[in-house]
Amino acid sequence: MAPISIDAAALLTSVQSIVPEIIVVATAIFVLLLDLAISEEKKHLLCGMGLLGIGVALFSVYALGQGRIEGFSGMIVHDGMGAFFDVVILSACALTFLMATGYSEWEGTHKGEFYSLILLSTSGMMFMAKGTDLMTVFLGLETLSIPIYVLVGFHRNRMSSLEGALKYFLLGAFASGFLLYGIALIYAVTGTTKIPVLATMLYDPRILASPLFLAGTGLLLVGFAFKVSLVPFHMWTPDAYEGAPTVVTAFMSAAVKAAAFAALIRVLLVALPGMQPVLWKVLWGLAVLTMTVGNLSALVQNNVKRLLAYSSIAHAGYILVGLVSGDVLGGQASLFYLLVYAFMNMGAFGVVMLIAQKEDEGYDIANLAGIGFKYPALGALLTLFLISLGGIPPTAGFVGKFYLFSAAVKNGYIWLAVIGVLNSAASIYYYLRMVVYMYMVTPDVEVAVPRPPRILFSMALCASAVVVVVLGIIPRSVLEIAERSVLSLLM
Amino acid sequence: MEPILFIVFGAIAVGGAIMVVTRRHPMSSALFLILTLFAVAALFVLRQAHFLAAIQVIVYAGAVVVLFIFVIMLINVPENKLPLERLTGFRFLGIMVAGLFILEAALVARRFATPGTPTADSGSVEAVGRALFTDYLLAFEVTSVLLLAAVIGAIALAKKRI
Amino acid sequence: MANLVSSIQFADPYFSVLLLLIIAVGMSVGFVFLSQALGPRKYDRIKYSVYECGVDPFTSASVRVSVKFYLVALLFLLFDLETAFLYPWAVLFRDLGLFGFIEMTIFVGILLVGLVYAWKKGALDWQ
Repeated sequence: MAPISIDAAALLTSVQSIVPEIIVVATAIFVLLLDLAISEEKKHLLCGMGLLGIGVALFSVYALGQGRIEGFSGMIVHDGMGAFFDVVILSACALTFLMATGYSEWEGTHKGEFYSLILLSTSGMMFMAKGTDLMTVFLGLETLSIPIYVLVGFHRNRMSSLEGALKYFLLGAFASGFLLYGIALIYAVTGTTKIPVLATMLYDPRILASPLFLAGTGLLLVGFAFKVSLVPFHMWTPDAYEGAPTVVTAFMSAAVKAAAFAALIRVLLVALPGMQPVLWKVLWGLAVLTMTVGNLSALVQNNVKRLLAYSSIAHAGYILVGLVSGDVLGGQASLFYLLVYAFMNMGAFGVVMLIAQKEDEGYDIANLAGIGFKYPALGALLTLFLISLGGIPPTAGFVGKFYLFSAAVKNGYIWLAVIGVLNSAASIYYYLRMVVYMYMVTPDVEVAVPRPPRILFSMALCASAVVVVVLGIIPRSVLEIAERSVLSLLM
Repeated sequence: MEPILFIVFGAIAVGGAIMVVTRRHPMSSALFLILTLFAVAALFVLRQAHFLAAIQVIVYAGAVVVLFIFVIMLINVPENKLPLERLTGFRFLGIMVAGLFILEAALVARRFATPGTPTADSGSVEAVGRALFTDYLLAFEVTSVLLLAAVIGAIALAKKRI
Repeated sequence: MANLVSSIQFADPYFSVLLLLIIAVGMSVGFVFLSQALGPRKYDRIKYSVYECGVDPFTSASVRVSVKFYLVALLFLLFDLETAFLYPWAVLFRDLGLFGFIEMTIFVGILLVGLVYAWKKGALDWQ
């Protein structure tokens, strides 16, 4: 056969489209090798190097801008949407590293593997969020999942950590299988895995009516639903979230969710609008089920980590409401909410991490008793994050929910919005219950002594708080960026 | 000749698969799994997918099943302590689902009665390589990142001291 | 005879595979059958022992294997996958030229990091 000619210009553009990802992978490798070279007492360097790499990657996203750069024969694209999610994912990763400065010392995760796995997972998330080919999405998903399975079980001496890892791994492997099988079926019918090409294929009514294609789409949806933990594919969430080292839990809840939703949004809005009537009914049902089951289960939790796990399930439901709306407004609201959720949820986990003295023990809600007045800064921060999660003004959580539900109303999903608002009201109960514990319950024994945070840790908490407050008061510019990101998809 | 070979290898694959789920000792199941995987590799060859057939033998029959066998040897339940399995509700459910799946496959096969015969070299090592190293270059390179993550993960979880 | 074989091979490239299969199955079945048919038969306690001559086994053969084997097997699987990718690359090496060489250098380079890491961490040692 003929020799393969290479288009140098196209290759250059291709490389350009994945510059942030390349930086993240390179940082992961550097951190891993650095760990082999340095002595035990210099391990804090690892975290610093990781942060430096994340900073450079963030800068490269900024430098690339929101323009559309297609690369690798349509396998990946850097567009507004990709840039937006790169920022969300990298921010979540940066917060994780900042919090890990303290956490790693307390819980013994000061290891090259730990940081390097988080970075590799981050790179997988970014590939997934920017993938315009189902193969890229799948590979990204695997690259993000495998390090997370390991990170959940990173505390190898804690049974709950291993139990969570095993459950997550087994169910996750099945979900990946479903996703891949769905992609295979879709490929069997349409002969393509490229998301934009799929969209044009769906003008053919024979393909739309093909049972194979329907089965493929269904399986694809199951795979995604598992990763963003939609009910009834959420069974792993509480155990994995509770068992994982808390920094990892925070990272999972924010970043994995963002990446999986990014790919889901791309597939739904670009490839599958042709399936509007059927698929959107399914999504409607999933959204209602997820919000309701998540919130009702959270009501009865006494372990703070489990409570936040169920709350994160409920939030996946809220974000899905924006997708059900199916237009730019809904997409914009979902994007905005994913960004806000990353900051407020990681912030909440951060404070909880400080108050709980030890994994497996300090996470009982009673442990919060009396914290509020004795440690006013921590109490105020946690209260802020919790009321934002509950959607009370003037926080970013309120703005996000407002846009999500108003998008639903504008698109005629009145009932969905009503159910969402009712759910949101119910959720305030359990968020405020934690606040009540902090301020109004006198502790049985002594007030728990939180661990003194490192400077970087405090920076992470303050940054999250600033984002939550600022986006709660002046959300306009970020909402506009989110809108442009969704529009960049539909071009 | 081809239909005969298809039936022979298909029968071996299905027979092997049935043996995998019905054997009492997991080691026999694993060995029958190898047989099934080999037969499927032969079916791939019949469909001109040589590369896939080679990968099937190298990776699945060669490496993945070896891992299975290691796990069986790690856990190593003595013969007399293996659970006696009866026709429980779950098992019945499994058979039902399998039946449903066969029905679905039959329906699909009827719909696409004559799958296009693949061109002589669409599944050859060369053709796959061409796609992999040009259009799917990104997927190829991301795979190495994925494998690196797996190496680190395996060591982080399984090594005594890290 | 040589002529006949080469003409059959020409007719069907899979003929050699079939031939190999027949010889392999034939030999393994044949030897079992032959030893059954030709060997003298004697049954006593010693004949039934695991080793007819040599040291008597002092523990059961079914002991739990150390988890260390598993780590090695896992690493083997991962690097085995890497070689699976080398295979089409080697076939196409001339057509791909320098470009292909750089592609594979990146791929192998990233995995080499994994190997260096495994080595330095002592995952390849038998602790």
